[in-house]
Amino acid sequence: MTETLYADTLAGGRHWSLVVRRGLILRLTDLEGGANAGMLLYNPLNPLERINLPDTLKCQHTFKLTRGHCLYSDMGRIFCSIVSDDVGWHDASGGTCNRALVERKWGALTYQAARNDYLRNGRDSFLIELGKYGLGRRDFAANVNWFSRVEIDSEGGMRFVPGHSPAGASVWLRFEMDTLVLLHTCPHPLDGAAEYPRRPVRYELLRDESLAADEFCRNSRPENERGFANNFLYHLGIPEE
Amino acid sequence: MILESSRSTADALSREIVEAGDYWIREVPSGGTLRITDLRGNQAVDTLFYSAADPGERYSAFDTIREQSNLYLTAGTRLLSTEGNVMLEIVADTCGRHDTLGGACAPESNTVRYALEKKTMHACRDSWLLALGENDLGMTKRDLTHNINFFMNVPVTPDGGLTFEDGISAPGKYVELQARMDVRALISNCPQLNNPCNAYNPTPIEVAIWT
Repeated sequence: MTETLYADTLAGGRHWSLVVRRGLILRLTDLEGGANAGMLLYNPLNPLERINLPDTLKCQHTFKLTRGHCLYSDMGRIFCSIVSDDVGWHDASGGTCNRALVERKWGALTYQAARNDYLRNGRDSFLIELGKYGLGRRDFAANVNWFSRVEIDSEGGMRFVPGHSPAGASVWLRFEMDTLVLLHTCPHPLDGAAEYPRRPVRYELLRDESLAADEFCRNSRPENERGFANNFLYHLGIPEE
Repeated sequence: MILESSRSTADALSREIVEAGDYWIREVPSGGTLRITDLRGNQAVDTLFYSAADPGERYSAFDTIREQSNLYLTAGTRLLSTEGNVMLEIVADTCGRHDTLGGACAPESNTVRYALEKKTMHACRDSWLLALGENDLGMTKRDLTHNINFFMNVPVTPDGGLTFEDGISAPGKYVELQARMDVRALISNCPQLNNPCNAYNPTPIEVAIWT
C-alpha cells in the first residue's frame, strides 16, 4: 500500500529543495509530457559528500538511468535507488542550462518584464538552492535530468530526443540515506524547442511497505550490493534517529 | 582527430616526468602550452583545471561536451569553465580521443566497482587530496570536480551502455593544450590497477610547458 505523506507540483521553470529521509520514496511525475527535472543530491550532515554521476555511471556500466540503477555519492554510498520507472531512459550527460544558454535559445525575459514567468535557468536555480545550505558554486556537481534523453552516435555525437517522456510518466526514487535534494524544472540545455519549455513536475513523498522491501536495485548487479554494504557501514556510524 | 604539434621540446620552459601514483600541480599562463605525453602507452591521466585568478571557476566536463555536442575530447575541443569561458583549447592530439565522463578513481568508488577490500589501494582522488593538503591554495575536497581522463577510452553504446575499453593510446602519444586564461592544472597520474585503463600497468608520463 502506498501512503502519500506530501504532494506538490513544481511549475515549469522553477526550483525548490528539501531533505528526504532514508526509507521514503520521492515520486516525480511528468504531468504534461516532455518535462525536464534537474536534480542534485548532497548529504545534509556533510555536504562535502555529493552526487557523483561519473561514479554512478561507471560502476553500473550505464550511460542512461532507469529502474535498477542507484545514484551514488562520491563516497561510494547510495543516495537513492530507482525502484520504478515509466520512462526507461533519464539523462546523466547534459548538465544544466545557464543564463547565457537560455538567452541564446529563448531570449532574455527578466523578472521586471515578466514577473514570475521570467526565464529561469538551471545553474542560477541550483546556485540559489545551494546558497540556502551554505553551499555555493564550488559545490556544483553534474546533475541528473529526469525525463530527458540524449542519444549518442558511434562518433560520440550527442542528440536530444524531443518529447521523450509521455504525459503521466513517473519515476520512483527510494532514498537509502538522508539526502538534501535540489530540484529545478528548467529546460534541458539541449532542448531545441522554439519556445522556452515550461513543463510542470509533480513531486510526492510516499511511504510504501512493499517497495521498502524491494531488492531489485541491490540485486541488479554486485556493485550495488557493495554500495548497499557501504550504506550499512555508514549508518552504524551516525547517531540513531 | 589526429593533429601533430609543430612545437619542439627543446624550446620547452619545463619538462617533468610524473610517475604513476603521483600528482603534478602547476600554473600555465594565458597563451602558454601544456603537453602531456603518454611515455609507455595506455596510461590514464586524470586532470582538473582551475582559473588561477579565481579557482571557484573551473573546468566543467559536462558543459564542455554539451557545447561541442560530442562526448569525446580531441584536437579542436575548447575546454569550458563552469562560467562558460574557454579555459584551454586542445591544439594537438596524436591519440585522437579522450574521456571526460568516467571521472577519477577513488578508494570509495573502488569498493563499489571491484571489492570492499580494495579500499586501501591508492587512487587518483587521494593523490588530489594530498596535493590540496600539501599546497596552501585555499582549495579543499569541495573543489575536486569532474575531470578529464586523457588517453582513456570510455565508449558509450547506442542502447545507453558504458564500457571501459583497452586504451587507444600508445607509447609517445601526446595531447597539447593552449591556455586561453591563466590556469592551474592539477594532474593525477592514475594508479588504478583494477581495470584496463592503464593496461594493468601504470607508467610514467611527461608534462612539458611552453610559454
